[in-house]
Amino acid sequence: MGTMEDVVQLLAEDGTLRNHEVYSTYLEDLDDAALRDLYRHMALERRFDAEATSLQRQGQLALWAPALGQEAAQTGTIAALKPTDRVFPTYREHAMALYRGISPEELIGTFRAARHSGWDPEDYHFNTYSVVLAAQTLHAAGWAMGIAQDLRTGSLPPQKAEDELVLACFGDGASSQGDIHESMVFASSYQLPMLYFIQNNHWAISVPSSTQSRFPLANRASGYGFEGVRVDGNDVLASYAVARHSAQQIRSGEGPKLIESVTYRMGAHTTADDPTKYRTSEEIDAWTAKDPVARYKTWLQNEGKADEAYFDTVDQEATELAADLRHTVHTMEGIDIDRVFDTVYAEPHRQVETEKAWLKDYEAGFAEEEGQ
Amino acid sequence: MSTAAETSTTTPTTRAMPLAKAINAALREELNADERTLLIGEDIGALGGVFRVTDGLQADFGPHRVIDSPLAESGIIGSSIGLAMRGYRPVAEIQFDGFVFPSFNQITSQLAKIHNRTDGAVSVPVTIRMPYGGRIGSIEHHSESPEALFAHTAGLRLITPSNPHDAYWMMRQAIVSEDPVIVLEPKRRYWLKGEVDTSTPAPDAFTAQVLREGTDATLATYGPLVSVALAAAEVAAGQGRSVEVIDVRSISPLDDETIARSAAKTQRLVVAHEAPTFGGFGAEIAARVSERAYHRLLAPVLRVGGFHMPYPPSSQEHRYLPDIDRMLEALDRSFAYPSPRA
Repeated sequence: MGTMEDVVQLLAEDGTLRNHEVYSTYLEDLDDAALRDLYRHMALERRFDAEATSLQRQGQLALWAPALGQEAAQTGTIAALKPTDRVFPTYREHAMALYRGISPEELIGTFRAARHSGWDPEDYHFNTYSVVLAAQTLHAAGWAMGIAQDLRTGSLPPQKAEDELVLACFGDGASSQGDIHESMVFASSYQLPMLYFIQNNHWAISVPSSTQSRFPLANRASGYGFEGVRVDGNDVLASYAVARHSAQQIRSGEGPKLIESVTYRMGAHTTADDPTKYRTSEEIDAWTAKDPVARYKTWLQNEGKADEAYFDTVDQEATELAADLRHTVHTMEGIDIDRVFDTVYAEPHRQVETEKAWLKDYEAGFAEEEGQ
Repeated sequence: MSTAAETSTTTPTTRAMPLAKAINAALREELNADERTLLIGEDIGALGGVFRVTDGLQADFGPHRVIDSPLAESGIIGSSIGLAMRGYRPVAEIQFDGFVFPSFNQITSQLAKIHNRTDGAVSVPVTIRMPYGGRIGSIEHHSESPEALFAHTAGLRLITPSNPHDAYWMMRQAIVSEDPVIVLEPKRRYWLKGEVDTSTPAPDAFTAQVLREGTDATLATYGPLVSVALAAAEVAAGQGRSVEVIDVRSISPLDDETIARSAAKTQRLVVAHEAPTFGGFGAEIAARVSERAYHRLLAPVLRVGGFHMPYPPSSQEHRYLPDIDRMLEALDRSFAYPSPRA
């Protein structure tokens, strides 16, 4: 899987900041408030994630896919993009979703099986989660083709073109899917403004990333004719800087880029999984030492960027977010099946209407019996 | 663009043309009508498609609206979905029926479900054009009829024209629909000529039509077998049997009412398609008509179709595909009811 030597890292595991001739310059754009905010988003996601895991254990959620350990990869990357850049997520981009302002209620409905997806992509420039992985990277390619079409028709003024790139997310597991290949072919052939963002969290449920690739995933980009870079996904500053750099190249018309974010899924694949069956405690300990949130907090403290009062405030906000999530889940009702009938098609469909009417009559029959 | 527009408005409204040309005219009309309409597929540009259905369109509308795609069916449908999410109306071509399966996930798990899973927030008005069916003497994977697989998927619409006039209007209706629509094009009828009236719309694409009235039995079919059914009805008439012929036209939604009404009238129904009968769409029609017209039927609904085998080498397709004789044989079996013992 390659060595860590080719992985861009700015903040070392011991909390010291290194200089990098290309990437360090992007950090200059982050003032202390912005630096603190990166921590805040990571901490909020971590608390949200823990609460969701608990709620699943309590039977309140059908499933949860923890992003524990991937907070820096996601937060650094999304913070480097413009709010108008379009994100095509998998089902684990919780830090990105919360960063964009998607509410706990909108996010959690899927995992409570109350609805299939909870937000309108237009509201956040953030597509709904994709469960059949890799499919979304082709939608991302089509969306990016649409940007070129908008420029052709004039519905997107040329000066606005650089406000929209497309972030296509996937992981080491889905990197083996054929749709990833086809998406990259389209992106390269049509020189689409796309940033492929691979979170290599080392495990596709129980199968190690070495089964998906014997070679750094970033290297695949060169086969399609574009650049791939590996970044330490547990380093929020490097994640931010590398994404800024790639985004800048894409915005200047260089076509697609790829980032392989080397990180680790510290939790289970989902709450239905048991990681103790396939990985060792030594491995988990080794990655715990690289914890992205603790590392960054140490640096902020050592540099005097944030004081204890700030961390207390974030803790308080995280506690409130968890309480909000808990309350939301406990009071959430699923959508009615009539609504499911009504959205199968955008226009009337004879069979759907007939079946909807049948169910209504059938259930009304029970109501009459109960009334007798 | 303006050249194309002028061409279409100065064309006489009724012309005889082959079915492939009628589809070409429909695509041209919709490309003219809406800047957001795009064509995408393999070899649809300079070549005009392997059946020349898109002939000349790239020359008139440019490579950005008539897009030659990489050789990747999943990519064609997946990128069409992304384009549709952004407000475009892609018309994607799958070159042959047997090549659709690499895109099966994008069609059935993505395209079909997006409107539903987003609670109606996102529409994906993608049209998929797909030549289907056999009897063109081709090699394997070029002659299949996969309609039942897509009919079973909620969220998709499936229509199949049998003549040029329908092909023109049904294609246009598919493109302007807010839903994903698969247009199954009967490839052996691409060269079938007929009058196309571009100012008088055909009946709604999502309805069945009675093409020939009869009183003794109903023969329902669609796509490539419609002209076979009409010929079979003609032969039956010579034998003193009045056979009503229905062109099903829309597979999803299914206009079961029109078919059941006819079956209730004639009291006998035979359903024919090229696809295998086992688990085929004819079973759906048979079940629905049986439920609606049970007391009127004098015979069980009978099916005529392909066998439960992969499409055979085309040197044997004449024995595999329903033809006039197979339809007449099924009608004879229907007329044999009620049996003397009953």
